[in-house]
Amino acid sequence: MGLVEKAADIAEHGTDGARTGAAPVAASRPPAGLGFLGRFRPGRGLVLAVPYFWLLFFFLVPFVIVLKIALSETTIAIPPYTPMFEWDPDTLQLSIDIKFGSFSYLFTDNLYILAYLNSLWIAFISTILCLLIGYPVAYAIAKAEPSWRAPLLMLVILPFWTSFLIRVYAWIGLLGNGGLVTETVNTVLMGLGLIAEPLQILYTPTAAYIGITYSYLPFMILPLYATLEKMDNTLLEAASDLGCPPWRAFLTITLPLSLPGILAGSLLVFIPATGEFVIPELLGGPDTLMIGKVLWAEFFNNRDWPVASAVAIALLLFLVVPIMLFQQVQGQQQGGGKG
Amino acid sequence: MPRSWFLRFGLLFGLVFLYGPIAMLIFFSFNDIRSVTVWSGFSLRWYGELFNNQQLLSAAWLSLRVAFISACGAVVLGTMAGLLMARFGPFRGRALFAGMISAPLVMPEVILGLSLLLLFVSLEQLIGWPQGRSMTTIILAHITFTMAFVAVVVQSRLVSLDASLEEAAMDLGARPAKVFFVITLPIIAPAIVSGWLLAFTLSLDDLVIASFVSGPGSTTLPMIVFSSVRLGVSPQINALATIVVLIVAIGILIAGILNHRAEKTRARDEQMAQQNGG
Amino acid sequence: MALVQQQPQSRTQAQQKLEPWRDPKQKPYVRVDKVTKKFDDFVAVDDVSLSIYRGEFFSLLGGSGSGKTTLLRMLAGFETPTEGKIFIDGVDMSGVPPYRRPVNMMFQSYALFPHMTVEGNVAFGLKQDGLPKAEIADRVREMLDLVQLGQFSKRKPHQLSGGQRQRVALARALVKRPKLLLLDEPLGALDKKLREQTQFELVNIQEKVGITFVVVTHDQEEAMTMSSRIAVMNKGYIAQVGTPTEIYEYPNTRFVAEFIGSVNMFAGRVVESEPDHSLIRSEEAGCDLYVAHPGHLAPGSPCWVAVRPEKIVISKDPAADAVGRNQTQGTVREIAYLGDVSIYDVDLDSGKRVRVTAPNLTRRTEMPITWEDRVYLSWRPFAGSVLTE
Repeated sequence: MGLVEKAADIAEHGTDGARTGAAPVAASRPPAGLGFLGRFRPGRGLVLAVPYFWLLFFFLVPFVIVLKIALSETTIAIPPYTPMFEWDPDTLQLSIDIKFGSFSYLFTDNLYILAYLNSLWIAFISTILCLLIGYPVAYAIAKAEPSWRAPLLMLVILPFWTSFLIRVYAWIGLLGNGGLVTETVNTVLMGLGLIAEPLQILYTPTAAYIGITYSYLPFMILPLYATLEKMDNTLLEAASDLGCPPWRAFLTITLPLSLPGILAGSLLVFIPATGEFVIPELLGGPDTLMIGKVLWAEFFNNRDWPVASAVAIALLLFLVVPIMLFQQVQGQQQGGGKG
Repeated sequence: MPRSWFLRFGLLFGLVFLYGPIAMLIFFSFNDIRSVTVWSGFSLRWYGELFNNQQLLSAAWLSLRVAFISACGAVVLGTMAGLLMARFGPFRGRALFAGMISAPLVMPEVILGLSLLLLFVSLEQLIGWPQGRSMTTIILAHITFTMAFVAVVVQSRLVSLDASLEEAAMDLGARPAKVFFVITLPIIAPAIVSGWLLAFTLSLDDLVIASFVSGPGSTTLPMIVFSSVRLGVSPQINALATIVVLIVAIGILIAGILNHRAEKTRARDEQMAQQNGG
Repeated sequence: MALVQQQPQSRTQAQQKLEPWRDPKQKPYVRVDKVTKKFDDFVAVDDVSLSIYRGEFFSLLGGSGSGKTTLLRMLAGFETPTEGKIFIDGVDMSGVPPYRRPVNMMFQSYALFPHMTVEGNVAFGLKQDGLPKAEIADRVREMLDLVQLGQFSKRKPHQLSGGQRQRVALARALVKRPKLLLLDEPLGALDKKLREQTQFELVNIQEKVGITFVVVTHDQEEAMTMSSRIAVMNKGYIAQVGTPTEIYEYPNTRFVAEFIGSVNMFAGRVVESEPDHSLIRSEEAGCDLYVAHPGHLAPGSPCWVAVRPEKIVISKDPAADAVGRNQTQGTVREIAYLGDVSIYDVDLDSGKRVRVTAPNLTRRTEMPITWEDRVYLSWRPFAGSVLTE
């Protein structure tokens, strides 16, 4: 029955979809407007082919090349890896040379495994911190009077338009010895007698947590706000009318209904944070082991392209599940999240 | 403002967290000693040094050019991709395309950078193009990763656009290409503009991908900033940050004023419509 | 009542001219030939055939999911039939894209181009045809005058009220003088009062321009008021096609009877089937039902008799001429006083609930019939219809 009703609704979208809001219908049945008429139009092929082949060529093919190079060995040459296919003109033979050296190398040295696990952990903690700071902000904006919402939201997005690198740099001053944050924290903690020696924050994993949380916070707030703002306020009034105290109404109504936003925001933070390079490099110091740094070092410092490629492939494998999850969320929301 | 004190505090804390570091950056850009922790006195010397830093200025010029061209390319490709996703219905390989267009939104930059570099190297081996890494390779890489953002913006605008507008135009005799240029494009123009700005900002800001795909002659501004910051603090960067914030703030202010005016006109129009009655 | 009973034979010449579907020599202007539309596995339109004649005001009436909008969109060319063909003025429309069809549409959302003025919107279609500028200007002005929007030509759509926007949409669709105008819920977005006023305006405009209209609506009152004929649609098929009176007074199925207005449905069995009447025995009704139509069912076959609430007379006394037919007894359970009429819900002795509407002919505060009264319900032989499905 449910299915039939849905199909009926889809078939009638001209009459009923427009009244209930066109977006969900468009999502479930895209052929509208120019779409289904594409077959009358020679231009359709062009619009389809250009971005499609661009992405195939500049996005998908490169991953295949990364895999190919991960399966070769490093040599002193330009480019610095052994060829996979070798054509011998004398014997007319094509020899294929696949080497798993780079991958097995990742297991011989604890460094790589540690870096992977550490990256996932740091990204995880930072995601939680973003959620803890971002949720009240998003909720406060969604609850604010309508005339306040746009400017407040603007304030959240604004830092995103200024340079990411510069915003990370700002924390070097704040967290360094003598920096405002470090000084304050140390004064308070020593005053309370909790620590005897002043703490070092810059060039520790703590600084990396702070940096990632700071940089990715808007990506958490925006999708959270999008779901919270759409939420029907009368639900909370109904709960309160039925005798539910505000905190429980939040836990049993607001929080579960905002789960899609929490998921979208968390993925937008977690996935790129796992591969983050700049923040651990600038703030984390040598003790903060993250896979983005390892990849960078393998490539730029050791010039070992095969190992760097293997590191990238392995990182991609770690992220396949979250990325697919993200695409599902993205598909459902039709891309309301970022920007 | 929200009524709950907890939410007010949460909002305040969030905003202080976001803006405090930026405020400190600006503050110390006017310090007259080489420190970003101890205030000694007001001076503009770091601004002077910044404007005499030839290496930095030429990198900035390169970055601006790269960002401009990439944003234009990304807008064309991203709009096509958004159109494809929102209006083309099912086509063969749609799932693959949806994956390819949304993955760059979250893909770690190190992976994107490495894979693009390896593509360019392999291409050079195979067909002799592109010769080495240059501005061209940075632009190609930036178009690829920023077009996804444009596509998202355009797609969500198209999805919320009443498809019967396009149908009406076609019903009145306009061919599909004309419908797009005369009806769809003017209506989604604001989304395309914000997509362009987004692509421009992302390109201007990118360090990691540019580091992989740039050659010796093509050092972008973030690369210069990064190498100088890596060595420790430099109030010149504070001065640069202040200028960036200033430009962004002016832009936002202008956008805000225009927006406010448009709102006022709209309110007046709506009033007019109501007074007309049936 | 009696007038309606006199079926086609006695129609005058003038009436026949207005009712081309009764004339076998007339050729249909729009022909929908065995059209089926499937979306994946869902059948939206199911083997529909229709003939619409020149100058008609034809309504497709149905609920949500009845396929009426899909059928309209196939006429416009926005959807392609999975099977079957559509002919407009004798031309097969298969493979003809919307921008080449002699058809224009007024959209439910009006779909006015927000970045163009009223004038620009109305001129859009003519510009696509490459007409000379002077002619475009003339025709736009003429059309805006017709819908009384002459002084608003420089406004943008958002500067207009709902009713004005609706008229711009109409003008824009009419200005190209299409062979066929499609209207998707043309009054759906207007408030009730404006809607009633606009119904007549729309009919007047249609008569003035003489263009064939096909309207999709879910509002039966709207369809009854405006249409020359109505096609009632249900689950993708056409349940009945006919004039508003035919649909209301002679529904051919229980679905149509119940969809249009309200109706009392008595289950029973045919006992007599004669050329001038049928007699149905119904336990539910508590009496024999005499229906003065040619009987077409064999005695013994199950059927239903539909009787409209306003055709039933409610009284505390039995009718004088009743002979155990079309008269039954019950107890009043609910009364709704609506001012002009009152609605009575009466429980028959069989337990069947019957609805009766009676006009409040005299002015008084004390009602003659009240709750829990025993009442007689009776109706005339022409009041009922015999239905099988």
